[in-house]
Amino acid sequence: MLEVEGLKKSFGPIHAVKGVTFTVEKGTVLGFLGPNGAGKSTTMRMITGFLPPSAGTARICGHDIVDTPVAAKKSFGYLPENAPVYADMTVNGFLNFAAEMRGFVGSQIGPKVEAVISRCRLEEVRGQTMGTLSKGYKQRVCFAQAIIHDPPVLILDEPTDGLDPNQKHLVREMIKSMAADKVIVISTHILEEVDAICTRAIIINQGTVVADGTPDEIKGKHDSLDLAFRALTTSSTEVR
Amino acid sequence: MKQSLRNIWTIGKREFKSYFESPIAYVFIVVFLVLLGSLTFFVSDYFREGEGKANLQAFFVWHPWMYLFLVPAVSMRLWSEERNSRTIELLLTFPVTLTEAIIAKFLAAWVFLTLTLALTFPMVLTNNYLGTPDNGAVIGGYIGSFLIAGTYLSIGTMASACTRNQVIAFVISVMICMLTFMLGLPSVARFLHGIDAGLLGSLAQMLPSLSVSPPFEAMQRGVVDFRDVLFFLSGIIFMLFTTHHVLQARKGR
Repeated sequence: MLEVEGLKKSFGPIHAVKGVTFTVEKGTVLGFLGPNGAGKSTTMRMITGFLPPSAGTARICGHDIVDTPVAAKKSFGYLPENAPVYADMTVNGFLNFAAEMRGFVGSQIGPKVEAVISRCRLEEVRGQTMGTLSKGYKQRVCFAQAIIHDPPVLILDEPTDGLDPNQKHLVREMIKSMAADKVIVISTHILEEVDAICTRAIIINQGTVVADGTPDEIKGKHDSLDLAFRALTTSSTEVR
Repeated sequence: MKQSLRNIWTIGKREFKSYFESPIAYVFIVVFLVLLGSLTFFVSDYFREGEGKANLQAFFVWHPWMYLFLVPAVSMRLWSEERNSRTIELLLTFPVTLTEAIIAKFLAAWVFLTLTLALTFPMVLTNNYLGTPDNGAVIGGYIGSFLIAGTYLSIGTMASACTRNQVIAFVISVMICMLTFMLGLPSVARFLHGIDAGLLGSLAQMLPSLSVSPPFEAMQRGVVDFRDVLFFLSGIIFMLFTTHHVLQARKGR
């Protein structure tokens, strides 16, 4: 359902992503791991069509993001890094806007908005302007926006970043509950999250894939995912 | 096509509403109307100048000056805020094209400016009550004012796309708008026509024809030439086209 093919991105002389290729099938929760600055967000921005790739492409449900961006964008929901929201809008207003952008009209909009509000537990803040929300709520509003059209592919850039343990738990439960019939890609540098919800993990470092497999496979001969991650993303001298 | 129009409608509606969700809209409308009224009545000496004529030239002549500061104040946030708060990433990963988003936001702001302009209608009523003005010229003046607002707005949109800092966007657009306005003023044009230095001189002599003031002048007299309208519209399209290029290159930064 999600095919990423040789994605590359350079910003002037800096090669942020140097060729990332992978394919994800339905029912997978893919953890997209890497140290800060490894190219996780840049890769996700290319998959979602926000940044044009320097080379390569991604196909979402068969739609090429470079050649047919609008069709491809319809097939996924996206939670960008740091959950950006329009500070002046209310939660309600924003979710209505998101539903309209997803092509719902008239009487279809109300039920869709109600569904995500109750699913993401936003009842308490629905009339509040988003500039006044805590980070956790912003994250959930942005999450709600991503699932409003029940997309087959979900791309979440650090969905639990900056949340308290309760909120983290809530978001993870939501992800788990949707995993069966979707492709979910989560970027994170929190390794406990991978053990908790991911069925597969890809580690990228300095713009290239350095490991790809189930969390257990990646652990391999190391005692924990933590050690494996460190071994893969630092040079051998640094590990010692 | 139908889908494009719907996307433009949805984004534009959100943008338009956002003016009224913050104090911007109200401050803008009040300042515009109060200043314009005072300038017309007191500075232009409307009461004496218009004696017996009751024309609105004293009113329209201030519009480009008002827009010079107020339009960049509206346009400065269009894209820089979107980039600064990173909501641009959200907006452009919805199933829309960049072109649709640019047109939608531009139109929303233009409709807002037009609404403000429409609120000056008591001037027209007053005039018709006091005398018998040439209402053709009044309509021409309004068309010109509407088009100048759009042109300044397109300049402001482009400036706003260039930077994440709204103050910089404001200053850049005031500068460019001032230039396009002043180049056509008789004194400046006379100076530029006077430059006689080969290629540089002929370039300088071309500059006044890029200005918005001569066509606006004509429209105030009721002469709405199709070519002048085309001049404004092509300026707007050129600026929005530039905005597209700028955003395509800079949106991720």
